[in-house]
Amino acid sequence: MSNTTQSTVSTGSTTAVSRPHSILAEYTTPADLMHAAEVVRDAGYKYWDVYSPFPIHGMDDAMGLGNSKVGYFTFVGGCTGFTAGMSMIWWMSQYDYPIVVGGKPLFSPLYAFPVSYEMTILLSAFGTLFGMAFLNKLPRWYNPLFKNKRFHAGAQNDKFFIAIEVTDPRYSETETRKLLESTGGKHIEQVEE
Amino acid sequence: MASEAAVSTGLPKVQAPPAELEREPLVHHNRSLAWITNQVAGVAEGRTPKWWWPAFLISACGTLMLFTMVTYLISTGVGVWGLNQPNAWAWDITNFVFWIGIGHAGTLISAVLFLLRQKWRTSINRAAEAMTIFAVVCAGIFPVVHTGRVWFATLPGYLIPFPNSNGIWPQFRSPLLWDVFAVSTYATVSTLFWYVGLVPDLATMRDRAKSKLRKFCYGLFALGWSGSNRNWSNYEKAYLILAGLSTPLVLSVHSIVSFDFAVSQLPGWHATIFPPYFVAGAIFSGFGMVLTLMIPLRSLCKLEDLITVRHVELMCKVLLATGSIVGYAYIMEFFIAWYGGNPYELDVFIKNRAADPWIFGPMFKVDPAPYWWAYWSMMICNVISPHFFWFKKLRTSMVFVWIIAGFVNVGMWFERFNIIVTSLHRDFLPSNWGMFSPTWVDIMTFTGSFGLFMTLFLLFMKFLPVIAISEVKGVTPQADPHHPLGGAKGGHH
Repeated sequence: MSNTTQSTVSTGSTTAVSRPHSILAEYTTPADLMHAAEVVRDAGYKYWDVYSPFPIHGMDDAMGLGNSKVGYFTFVGGCTGFTAGMSMIWWMSQYDYPIVVGGKPLFSPLYAFPVSYEMTILLSAFGTLFGMAFLNKLPRWYNPLFKNKRFHAGAQNDKFFIAIEVTDPRYSETETRKLLESTGGKHIEQVEE
Repeated sequence: MASEAAVSTGLPKVQAPPAELEREPLVHHNRSLAWITNQVAGVAEGRTPKWWWPAFLISACGTLMLFTMVTYLISTGVGVWGLNQPNAWAWDITNFVFWIGIGHAGTLISAVLFLLRQKWRTSINRAAEAMTIFAVVCAGIFPVVHTGRVWFATLPGYLIPFPNSNGIWPQFRSPLLWDVFAVSTYATVSTLFWYVGLVPDLATMRDRAKSKLRKFCYGLFALGWSGSNRNWSNYEKAYLILAGLSTPLVLSVHSIVSFDFAVSQLPGWHATIFPPYFVAGAIFSGFGMVLTLMIPLRSLCKLEDLITVRHVELMCKVLLATGSIVGYAYIMEFFIAWYGGNPYELDVFIKNRAADPWIFGPMFKVDPAPYWWAYWSMMICNVISPHFFWFKKLRTSMVFVWIIAGFVNVGMWFERFNIIVTSLHRDFLPSNWGMFSPTWVDIMTFTGSFGLFMTLFLLFMKFLPVIAISEVKGVTPQADPHHPLGGAKGGHH
């Protein structure tokens, strides 16, 4: 557990461990976090994120995020489920082994509907779950932020954070820190890779 | 510009709404976010409470009994149950419908109340969803084992399409097969929904975990969740969609369960009112079970500030509403039996069910129905008992609510017993009439299923957060960036 301490001047150390990943600022209330997010958004940063123990209403706009794309995965899953249900029943009952039962038609979309309906929901749900995991890049086995003591203690509990990655084209050791200080961020620290 | 952290500790003055418009807060005593984390996570982290072990021991014995009975049934044959002709279905399917119905309250709380923006659901949805899954597990056992030769029922056969050596596929024209798909989809989607809800809380547990094993297990299932807003954005959309999918799902599941009966031609079963009546009954019974579990849970785990009296009261109102629908359905069913003009249908209702020895029997000039006591137990438990909840005093008395919830559980079991056995036991020809009485195997299997249910629930309490931590935080004023407690400055934003 190598927790980073303040380092205003990067020393360009030799070991790979101290490669910087991002700069992290802590906030105590969701309102502070939201105002800070608006400032970072307006400053034009791209590779950054805010962290909170619960979703904050309005944060997507404060960060300038668009609508989530999970719904497309749901739709594809649902279409697959309905088609699979209908064609499975048709293939089994009308094509592969037709048996007349009670004088009823070999295939009818009406009696095939309940099963197809359930399969629509089943595959929509899987589409949603895997779509969400895919868009969120989960499961994720390693996250440099988790090494930070304040983040580890607070991010899933009662503290709020902004992390701006060093790979962001606008990132600057001093300017970014100043920006986060100006938003009221506390305990501004560099997080190493 | 927001800078002063001190704002969060002091309470800035804002114009308060008039007292009569102020809703009771969802979390009592203005608890902080960290308190919520500690209190809920503490249940799964702290020392196992003393009451847990005897409760677990008894439940585990019940589970063992269930598996012993199932083994005995499978190795011997369905003859060990009290089934006969004409009662080819009895306690097995009663128990199946009973347990499936219990599950429906969990989905109603997690999905329907979510879509209706009922914020109070957040403190009960986790445990109610867990209850759903465990109830479906109990339900699933009965239709599988009632087929007798389970090796045909499960893999190559009647239930799941499987290319068996005869090349025959399942019978998709039958509602029984629709039920297989409905119930298995329900079990799967409920589990997915529950798990998605758990992910942020598992991350909380992971970050609090002390031992390596706990860190690894919670960490594995938390999927590396960080609480980033880019993730929350997709997460919330996925949660909303899953709620939107679960709502038509839960309505379809009990509708399809009712098709098992309604699609047949049997008087007492062949009724178009069945789908909505079954769904309302399922929600009614499920809320009964939620209350049965939550009332002890909130006091044993010291969660009274999160599952408040208002939560219990609101659930009582749901019981009252759905109980009224159920009562209406019973009366309407009876009315249609008369109005429909089918003498067989009316006989099922009067001669097989309602005719008690003292009032209705003499009134209709018929002999008492053999199962009149089952019918009237159902009527009293389901139609009369919820109406106590018109009174606030009774809704807020935990002991009273718990007792009535027990009546609801009993009544709803009798409802399914009535539908099944009183319709079957008198066949069209009097020479085919016969009574059903359970054997000791029937009784011990059913009792054992409660053991399995409680075992799973106790394990859930022991290892997972019983309340959705992140969701409860989200409905507190501290979480609202436009509320003074959430750090908002002044009146404008």
